[in-house]
This record gives sequence, C-alpha cells and structure tokens, in this order.
Amino acid sequence: MLYKKLKTIVGISAVIGFAIILNGNLRAETIKIGASAPKSGPLVGGSSVSFWPNVKLWVQQVNARGGIKLKSGQAKIELVEYDDRTNPGEAIKNIQRLATQDKVDFILAPYGTGFNLATAPIFAKFNYPLITHTAITDKIGTLTKRYSNIFFTLGTTTAFAGSVATVLKKMRDAGQIGKRVAMVNVADAFGIELANAARPIFKKAGFEIVYDKSYPLGSPDLSPVIRGAKASKPDAFVAWSYPPDTFGLTAQAKIQGFNVKAYYTAVATAFPAFGGKFGKSAEGILGAGGINPDTPAMKKYFADHKKVTGKTPDYWASGMVYATFQILEQAIEAVGTKDRQAVTDYIKKNRFDTIMGPIAFKNQNNEKFWTVGQWQGGKFYGVDSMGQSGARTINLKPKW
Amino acid sequence: MDIIIIGMLLGGAYALMAMGLQLQYGVARIMNLANGEVLVGGSFAAFWFFTGAQLSPILTITVVAPLAFVANWLIYKILMRPLVKRAKSEGQLEVDSILSTFGQSFILVGLMLGVFGGEYFSYSYLEKPFYIFGQAYGQNRIVAFLFSIVLCGCLFLWLHKTRTGLALRAVSVNADAAGLVGIDVPRASAFAFGLGGAVTSSGGALLSMFLTFDASVGIIFTMKALVIVIMGGVRDIRGTILVAFVLGLAETIVASMIDPGLTLAAAYLLFILILLFRPEGLFGRRSV
Repeated sequence: MLYKKLKTIVGISAVIGFAIILNGNLRAETIKIGASAPKSGPLVGGSSVSFWPNVKLWVQQVNARGGIKLKSGQAKIELVEYDDRTNPGEAIKNIQRLATQDKVDFILAPYGTGFNLATAPIFAKFNYPLITHTAITDKIGTLTKRYSNIFFTLGTTTAFAGSVATVLKKMRDAGQIGKRVAMVNVADAFGIELANAARPIFKKAGFEIVYDKSYPLGSPDLSPVIRGAKASKPDAFVAWSYPPDTFGLTAQAKIQGFNVKAYYTAVATAFPAFGGKFGKSAEGILGAGGINPDTPAMKKYFADHKKVTGKTPDYWASGMVYATFQILEQAIEAVGTKDRQAVTDYIKKNRFDTIMGPIAFKNQNNEKFWTVGQWQGGKFYGVDSMGQSGARTINLKPKW
Repeated sequence: MDIIIIGMLLGGAYALMAMGLQLQYGVARIMNLANGEVLVGGSFAAFWFFTGAQLSPILTITVVAPLAFVANWLIYKILMRPLVKRAKSEGQLEVDSILSTFGQSFILVGLMLGVFGGEYFSYSYLEKPFYIFGQAYGQNRIVAFLFSIVLCGCLFLWLHKTRTGLALRAVSVNADAAGLVGIDVPRASAFAFGLGGAVTSSGGALLSMFLTFDASVGIIFTMKALVIVIMGGVRDIRGTILVAFVLGLAETIVASMIDPGLTLAAAYLLFILILLFRPEGLFGRRSV
C-alpha cells in the first residue's frame, strides 16, 4: 500500500519535474529589450502618440510570429520599460539601469532630440546601438563621428527649414503666392533653432519676412500673435510651433479669418488629433513631416496599429519609430546572435526594408526623409522630402 | 480697443483658474498645489462628455461642479483635516499642506494618465468668430468670459451678502476668533475647500473649449493661479479677480504693442513689483 502510494508520488513528481525542465527549455530563449521614454511630464503628449503605441505593436507582432529568429532558435521579446518623466537626468539613469541591472540585450532609442543627445554617451559606453527615430539636429556629422553606434533617421534642422522655403518657392514661382512671409516661433530650443535656421534661408530664396515674433511656450492666448501676423498682410504664414500652440494658432487663425494661400505649423500638424479637431478646415494646411499613407506597407501598418493599440498613428514620426524597430529586428536576425557590436556593424553596411520604404545609412545617417506634409482629403501627405518618392503636388490652402 | 477686449477675455480665463485656489487658500488655509490637476480634471470631463455625447461643456458644469465639490470636500475631511488639527501654527500647516497636496497632484496626474492616456486633447466647440466693432473674437472665449463674470459676481455677492459668506470671510480673517464667536470653523473650511474645487473644475471645463490640454499640464495652471492669488492678497477674492484682469490686460498689451515673446516677462515683472512694494498683495492687510 505504502509502496504503491510512493510510486504514484514519484511518478507525479517526475512528470512535474519534466514539465518544469521542458518549460524552462522553452522559456530559455528570450531577448530582453529595454525602452525608456516619457510616460509623464511635458513630452508625454508626443510620446504617447508616436512612441509607446509602436513599442506595444512591435513587441506584440514579433512575439505573435514566434519571436526574433536567432541561430539558436526563436527568441521572444521580453520588454523592460521605464518612464523618464520628461527629465534628461532620469533618462540617463534609466538607460544605465537597463544596461547594468536589467542587462537587456538591446535598448530602443529614447523619445525626443534632447533625450537622444543626453543618453548617447551612455549608449556608447555600454556599446548599445542607438537607432534614433525622433531626433532632429544639425549636429549629425559631429555626433556620428564621436559615437560609432548612433544612427539618425529623421533629418536635420536645416533640411526642415530649407524644405519649407523650397515649398514656398515652388508656389511663388508658379505665381500662386507673393514674397511676403510672416514667421513666428515658440520661444524654446526647438523653435529658436528653426527660426534662426530659417531666416537666412528664406532671405536667400527671395522672401521678405514681414512679421517675425516669438511667443513663450504654453501661452494661453495666441490671438495677439495671429492679429499681428494678419496685420502684416503676408502671402504665407510659417509657425515653428509645438503641439499646444499648433492647435492654438490654428484655432485663432480660423476665428480671425486669417486667410493665406500657404499656412504652415510645425510639430503636431501631423497628429490625428489635429485632423480630428479641425476636420475640413485642416484641408490644405502644411506641416512638419508627412508620409505616403497610400503605400500597401503603410496601409497595413495603419490597420495593425489601430487594431493592436486602438489608436491611429501620426503621419510623421510614428512610421519612422516603427521603421527603426524593424531595422533593429532585421539586423539582429541577420547576425543571428545578441552580439551588439556585430548588429551595429551590420546596420552600418546594409539596406533595410521598412514601412517607410528601403532605408540605408550613409555615415550612420539616413538621407531619405519627409520634411513637409499637407492635409489633403482627410490625410496628411508628404509634399516635400529629401530623396523620398511619392510626394503629392502642393495645393493652395482654401479659405477657412 | 481690440487690445482691451482681448485682455479682458484673457483676464476672465485667469480668473477662472485662480478663484478656486483663493477660496481654498484664503479660507481653508490650504495651499493646494493640486489645483491645476483639479482644473484639468474638469477639462477631461468636458472633453469626455463632448466627444461621447455631444454635450456642451457649459452643461457639463452642472455635473462636474457638484462632483468636484463632493470630491474636494472628502479630500479636505480625510486628508487635510488631520493636518489642520496637528498644526501648531499657520506656517506649519502651510508647509504640511504644500507637501500633501504636492503628493496629491502626482496621484491625480497618474490617475488621469491611466484613464485617458498622455495624448493632447482638443476639441472644437463654438470655435466661430463673434464680431465686436468689426473685429473677430472666438465665441468660446466670449462664453467663458461671460461665465467667469457671472461666477465672480455670484461669489462676491454671496461672500458679502449672506450669512454663510460672512462666516467664511470671518474664518479667512481670523480662524481662532471666528471660532470664539460661534462659527463652526472646520465645517466652514471644508465647505470653502469643496467650493474652491468646484469653481476650479468648472473653470477647467470652460477653458477646455479653447485650450489644448493633456494629463500633465496642470502644473502650469497651478503656477498661474498661485501668482494671481499671491498678487491679489490671499485673504480677499476681490484682489484675485482684479489681478486676473490686470494680468490679462498687461500680457495682451505687451504682446500686441511690444512683442509676444515678452508676455511672461511682463507677468513676472508685475509679480516682482508687487512683492517688492506690497508684499501682502493688492487687497491684503499689512500684518502688524
């Protein structure tokens, strides 16, 4: 009797033990990916549109496929995510923690120009590839020389300012607008840098800047700005603006009937919330970024994004964020191991198929990116770019 | 002329941000750093009702204000009252309440992030021009301004013409003495705190018609409200209302005549001048 009971117990424990070993074997193959970006603080409005939904989407899709294909088998992604509270100091600590304590295999680039620049030394120190997706700076040359592991995808400040000038010049040469430009900017690193870059470029392109003012970040009332711009009787209006003021300026322009043939606001014009708020009035508004939403890859991405996260991606950075994840995934699979140096070297030398089209790095920099987009028929289409194909023709902005 | 109108409209918006804080600080002696979050809570409610049920933000107030009153009353009863009891001096209560409400502001931000996510929220309601002397102004701003005037008027009359109002003012002037003449100070304080919350969140619902907001933007409103309340003199709502309009006018004049980039500078210059020459605020009484 006792013997029989013992036998059963042994049998059961053997089965359980086997199951544990088997399970352990299956679970062994994971790849740890770290992510740090704002989940609170001033930049959360951007990161929760362009960054976090993409992380969720990518991890879900890769794991649904069975994981990233390594030589030793498929490895599912185990995600470690931190909030940097829109604080560069916190971001640096997070990256350090991901590298030293969590010992993750790869780290996704942080959100925003300043945060990528702030954490670049840590990425370099621990030798993680840093494929930036939301960093726009004119210092790409210096930075890529200093750090052999950093990659840029979204373009330079000068290219953005220059591209707006190109678009306006095209319209002027076609006799659609005159040469009077009203320019305003948010008084913050981003707005000041762009306004400073734009002034000589606009002058060189033969434009006359008839109104040139800045306003503080978080201004509750932008009607004096629009009033001043309107009084200067411009042919085109350019605002180097941030999300809250992109909305505020446009609402005021609409109320005051400030009609120009070319109306440009910068960040957040490409956000779905912008199209959602202004509806038909958004038609013809120019803004930073743009994509070609009609390619099959992009259509599928929009559908998947909506299905997995319940949100619509934006028409600029979202796609590039996802594309950088694709680049990382393809590079790891091609190398076949978690060897970070090998992955970095692979990214430098190869071409990647992404939802944004093929991307290849030249001196660690992607030279093909969208710069100006326009709301046309409820979608935000790229109308000017560096080296991208499929740009739409620019429409005149109808009256509000 | 149009500068004055724009300035008054902005002043109305500032009054909406600051009146609630004045009630909470002036009467209940709680320097509520979660003021901005309560305001943003009102904005979220307005957004939610508007996008979900096409309900006008003005109607939303009828729901938001009582809810905010109850919530703030409970916050005072549960979280603030023990601090008041424990505090040996007003200074100590001020420090304790600042720490406590600072913590609450994080909790509220976290809750709103969890429920609504971190995106920017904005909707179009009455975003049409309204013409005064041939100049266009946003209808939503005019509506918010009118409401703010009505609210200022009601609060002022209520505080100065009714018995409860008198009791609140008495507590505001001297809590100990008010207790001696038979005013239920804890009850009056809880009431003032709840009322302040209701006013602030109604302001949030109105401001959401023309301001783009997100879950973590509250601190900006707190700062503005704090500056206005201190400039006006913490004990008197007239000071708060007056300063709100002066500030709105000053910012608009600077933005239109000099440079929009200097509005913040102008606001803080005013703040510094008042702190230098009338540190007790415009309507404050000099302490002897």
